[in-house]
Amino acid sequence: MKLHSSDALVTQNNAVRYVYLITVFFLTLTGFGQMPIFKRYYIADIPGLGWLAQFYLTHYMHYLGAILILALTAYMIIDYLLLQKKHMRLTAAGYARGAILAGILVSGILLVVRNLESSRFGPGFIIFLDVAHLGLVITFLIVAIYCLIRKKRWVTAR
Amino acid sequence: MGQEISRRSFLRGGLAAAAGLAASSIPGAAAANVPQEETQLATLLDISKCIGCEACVEACNEVNGTKYPQPRKPFPKMYPESVTVEDWSEKQDVMDRLTPYNWLYIQHATVNINGEEAELTLPRRCMHCVNPPCVKLCPWGAAQQLENGISRIDSDVCLGGSKCKKVCPWDIPQRQTGTGLYLDILPSFAGNGVMYKCDRCYNRVAEGELPACIEACPEDVQTIGPRGEIIQKAHQLAKEMDGYIYGENENGGTNTLYVSPVPFEALGQSIETGKGRPHLKAVKDTMAQANHLATAMVLAPVAGIAAAVGKFFKMAKNGQSGAR
Repeated sequence: MKLHSSDALVTQNNAVRYVYLITVFFLTLTGFGQMPIFKRYYIADIPGLGWLAQFYLTHYMHYLGAILILALTAYMIIDYLLLQKKHMRLTAAGYARGAILAGILVSGILLVVRNLESSRFGPGFIIFLDVAHLGLVITFLIVAIYCLIRKKRWVTAR
Repeated sequence: MGQEISRRSFLRGGLAAAAGLAASSIPGAAAANVPQEETQLATLLDISKCIGCEACVEACNEVNGTKYPQPRKPFPKMYPESVTVEDWSEKQDVMDRLTPYNWLYIQHATVNINGEEAELTLPRRCMHCVNPPCVKLCPWGAAQQLENGISRIDSDVCLGGSKCKKVCPWDIPQRQTGTGLYLDILPSFAGNGVMYKCDRCYNRVAEGELPACIEACPEDVQTIGPRGEIIQKAHQLAKEMDGYIYGENENGGTNTLYVSPVPFEALGQSIETGKGRPHLKAVKDTMAQANHLATAMVLAPVAGIAAAVGKFFKMAKNGQSGAR
């Protein structure tokens, strides 16, 4: 099923889709790297994956991924509103993933703010943010795998 | 007298911290009007006064003994088997390094002052960074920074992953296996105890008391007060003794400022460093690199919106159907 009547638009959106998938993969990888698990479970011992045990490096790469996902998300929302909404509509699976992704982004942005020197979030709120960010990512992965298996798309033709 | 001034300014700093706390009790509401130079309490350690009597170490142990780990034994079997068990419960009397049962110790250095060999001693503990990586990078929020600049690890929340130690430029936190929350979750597969370090007697400070190490010192080595004031005093003292400061800019700034009559490079070469024995090297701001990217994060959505709008106008110009 074509996403849009224009072939050029479909090609562009497919490119964005692949960039989005790669970004989500790297964000998940570097995000899990914030926990001390890759060294414990020998994943960092696999040749080429030693960097996963370097916390400052994974933290920096997570930030780079976050910049990309924020740009992509803004692009996809505006693109949907300006170009695609006339022909397509968000599915229930699209709304579900969008809502979870929004939660991940908001909690992630707040965690970035937390890391600034001037931030003064309370300890309880920081624990909530940490747990919410991780919990939402796990939920997103489960929902994404379900959607992949059941072939549930983000959008469908009107 | 010095101690009285210290106590006055210390209490004033406590009030500023309380004002900041009140303003930020709602998540996200930053107490922007109260600068950290006033809310964060810093300590000044005059190394030239320290006689290495260990009164501070003993006072720390006495006051904080109730916070020390009480591990359950035998320890749960951990997987993979290469996971290190760290047990200090049988070595609680170790006082020549940092351990979960010793949050402060005295470092010894033999240096040359005006052509004469002299021994200097300096109390070492957590530096309480202004923007502490142990707190900011803890994946569970177990490490916390209080309004008054104290960073502490909540032993009820910590899982003992030791990330805080790995990201600390001085490797300060120390782990004890067999205690804490991990025992109630997946003790064999995740976590490995609790991390411990100086909490600068946060509970005493909250009551308006001085940290035990400061109160017990017979030589008034330490002074505590609002960070801005302590920095000023450190510079004044350094000028008087033609000395050197460590901790003001290390890791972007800490709340522990040492003033020494000899350069810290010389001190650093003389002290014993290694596990549980922190160095005295210059430290760059570990959080700065990632935090600089925060600006790019603000611009990222703007770039995304611009790209989508650009695409819309391009397609509209080309007369493709989706745009009109």
